[in-house]
Amino acid sequence: MNLTLKIWRQKSPKDQGKMVDYPVSDISEHMSFLEMMDVLNETLIAKGEEPVAFDHDCREGICGMCSMYINGEAHGPDRGVTTCQLHMRKFKDGDTIYIEPFRAKAFPVIKDLSVDRSSFDRIQQAGGYISVNTSGNTQDANAIPIPKDDADLAMDAATCIGCGACVATCKNSSAMLFVGAKVSQYALLPQGQVEASQRVQNMVKQMDDEGFGNCTNTGACEVECPKGISLTNIARLNREFLSAKASSKN
Amino acid sequence: MSTDSKILDAKAPDGPIDERWTRHKDRINLVNPANKRLIDVIVVGTGLAGGSASATLAELGYNVKAFAYQDSPRRAHSIAAQGGINAAKNYQGDGDSAYRLFYDTVKGGDYRSRESNVYRLAEVSTNIIDQCVAQGVPFARDYGGLLDNRSFGGVLVSRTFYAKGQTGQQLLLGAYSAMNRQIARGKIEMFNRHEMLDVVVVDGKARGIIARNLVTGEIERHSAHAVVIASGGYGNVYFLSTNAMGSNTTAAWKIHKKGAYFANPCFTQIHPTCIPRSGDYQSKLTLMSESLRNDGRIWVPKNMDDVVAIREGRKKPTDLSEAERDYYLERRYPAFGNLVPRDVASRAAKERCDAGYGVNKTGEAVYLDFKSAIQRYGKEQAKIKGIDNPSESQILELGEGIVEAKYGNLFQMYEKIVDENPYKTPMMIYPATHYTMGGIWVDYNLMTTIEGCFAIGEANFSDHGANRLGASALMQGLADGYFVLPYTIGDYLSNDIRTGSISTDSPEFAEAEKSVKDRIDFFVNNKGEHSVDYYHKKLGKIMWDKCGMARNEKDLKEAISEISELRADFWKNVVVPGSADEMNAELEKAGRVADFLELGELFAKDALEREESCGGHFREEHVTEDGEAKRDDENFAYVAAWEYKGEPSDAQLHKEQLEFNDIKLKQRSYK
Repeated sequence: MNLTLKIWRQKSPKDQGKMVDYPVSDISEHMSFLEMMDVLNETLIAKGEEPVAFDHDCREGICGMCSMYINGEAHGPDRGVTTCQLHMRKFKDGDTIYIEPFRAKAFPVIKDLSVDRSSFDRIQQAGGYISVNTSGNTQDANAIPIPKDDADLAMDAATCIGCGACVATCKNSSAMLFVGAKVSQYALLPQGQVEASQRVQNMVKQMDDEGFGNCTNTGACEVECPKGISLTNIARLNREFLSAKASSKN
Repeated sequence: MSTDSKILDAKAPDGPIDERWTRHKDRINLVNPANKRLIDVIVVGTGLAGGSASATLAELGYNVKAFAYQDSPRRAHSIAAQGGINAAKNYQGDGDSAYRLFYDTVKGGDYRSRESNVYRLAEVSTNIIDQCVAQGVPFARDYGGLLDNRSFGGVLVSRTFYAKGQTGQQLLLGAYSAMNRQIARGKIEMFNRHEMLDVVVVDGKARGIIARNLVTGEIERHSAHAVVIASGGYGNVYFLSTNAMGSNTTAAWKIHKKGAYFANPCFTQIHPTCIPRSGDYQSKLTLMSESLRNDGRIWVPKNMDDVVAIREGRKKPTDLSEAERDYYLERRYPAFGNLVPRDVASRAAKERCDAGYGVNKTGEAVYLDFKSAIQRYGKEQAKIKGIDNPSESQILELGEGIVEAKYGNLFQMYEKIVDENPYKTPMMIYPATHYTMGGIWVDYNLMTTIEGCFAIGEANFSDHGANRLGASALMQGLADGYFVLPYTIGDYLSNDIRTGSISTDSPEFAEAEKSVKDRIDFFVNNKGEHSVDYYHKKLGKIMWDKCGMARNEKDLKEAISEISELRADFWKNVVVPGSADEMNAELEKAGRVADFLELGELFAKDALEREESCGGHFREEHVTEDGEAKRDDENFAYVAAWEYKGEPSDAQLHKEQLEFNDIKLKQRSYK
């Protein structure tokens, strides 16, 4: 198929940036979206132009490195996929495709479609862990039975890949789905209880300091999340936060 | 080719195998807590090995500088490991023990790994599970709330712990969380989007690295008292592999060029169950976890007529009766069936496809079928739910529910890529490059032949021999990082407590920085005509065709000369757009492919030299009567460790003789 791409080009963080048109031809429906971008970049290199910068790595939907806002949706029109798993069969011959970076105050553009998501790392550093040293002397893994339902729910929350689609999708650029998933994983497990109160307060504070917006319950994040992280994680985050604040000595 | 008569000393302790690690730990030197604060350690790579090592070293009190080319440590490619992690917990009561895990690993590696290291790995495996649970890793549990296990290839027990099909992700997030705690305390300084481009050796000791900031292009000097390489494997030498696009050998190759021996480069794992390639534009291949072989059965049609009909679209796989199917693994290997080790399963798929039975248009695909499992689970669930005389559709629905719970994310991945529903029609799979058992040579302390330079995880060579068993990579990465290196590095660093901080103003740093800058300048200024990918794809094709699942002398010799020619052409005609002082993905790739072009040749040379078949290394000249790999223990029971001497063709071979005192060498059989 032949397509017209309208791609955000921005040389550096300080550059203003603009949309640029690129035609691509002979695209197979079996290609992944990023393989289509590879074809474009090879064409640009052959013409002596600079290829489009975009983040990607595992190309199997788990590392969370790829981003891109495609036709107004994070990770494009398919559901339950990252951009690297999006295939060209979702488009048709003659389509015009708009490709932009994830946009949020806390995700500044580095170049073209590549953005800086280190704010997510800093939120995790603020409390996204259990304080246990690597001694090898921890108790036996089966010492505390954990109800299967709790373990499964914790696992569902833990599957978040930290891509930032929730933030890019949210009209408030809120990171509540991301933070909710992380807080939930630990809140659902007995190992996470000891530090639960401090954890949620620290992570929420860092989230606010980074410039992410608040949640107004539109639910768009849940729809666009490539891993199907549920909105109930935001509810659990709110509950954890309120109870921590209510009982907090600070 | 010259061979050094000097035999490499692994410095493995002696004594009874099950006491060696404990005795070793008791005898090595320690660094007192106050002195640890005066010592800096660089860790390159933040996957399971690098991430766990960084966190643990920082917990112990060392100052850690960690480097990742990704934008966050959490994105290292360990994240993509699917199936599970082995540990000899014997929770299933099926007779597992450290000895059995040790035995299975040595046998699975076709007797080409070091006994002492493998026993240690098996011994600490149980600690890993305890540690990870304490960190909040949500492993799968049964209804009693205890940890669940599944089976992997090449073993007769159930010892694999898992978190759905995302075990690597959950373990890496565990290590990442431990890192975050230390980053927050300032004990780890994290350098994201940084790539190591050289190691700096001062007075024979590794004292730092040269790294490029991938956002600004700035070339930076970083010093430390020791350097740990945890940069993963070199599977991307094949261009197409299940590795991440950015996975590369550069860090490992740079230390090789500065004196670290590279061991067994020809030991590569071609994983049997990956999604077949679909066209020339293909950028990578996707793994379908080995765990699927717990429930999936592999087959091709028995009759050629059916193969043709399926390829032409006249028949569907589901049209074929049981009698018309050839479950060739169950036929050839009745004892292990679909759960034979990876090398055996891959070769068997290739054998059927070479014989013309491949089921897709390229002729390179076999079926992985869940029909029997869905039926079995469906009937079991109907009984549990008290449904008498369940209908066929009820059985299917219940059975598919169980399969979804076990492998849902894998089935979804498959459906998105292939556009077929694997619950309704069998998956199509074919072998693809997945893991490299070869790597930097290390002694028992995981130190390379450069003093103060260590290699851990997939980047080293030590534990998997000529073939790695499923669910053992995660085990090794975390064992090295959490439980081995943090002890053994102390033995080396105990001599550095009076050294003080290492200056980056030395001539050695200046020289290393200059060579890095010169190379970058060459790339951005060379007015060539071919892109980096053009060369990478050509290299990949040579490697796959001539150093792939089956190798022979003629092909390997051709590969050596073709790679050498391709490398010469690369240095004349490669083009890299953009400049050095900005984010430049093509420049990053150019440096990595330049290193792959050297490693590929050493790989072929090593494969040529090893005149035997073992594990993933299959030489067509060395085959038993029934077509299995024929090992030569008399002449090749050694580790081939290559010393850099300029061109790959000049590399000098050193041997570490392997001794097997606790396991009897015998023909590996899974029949």
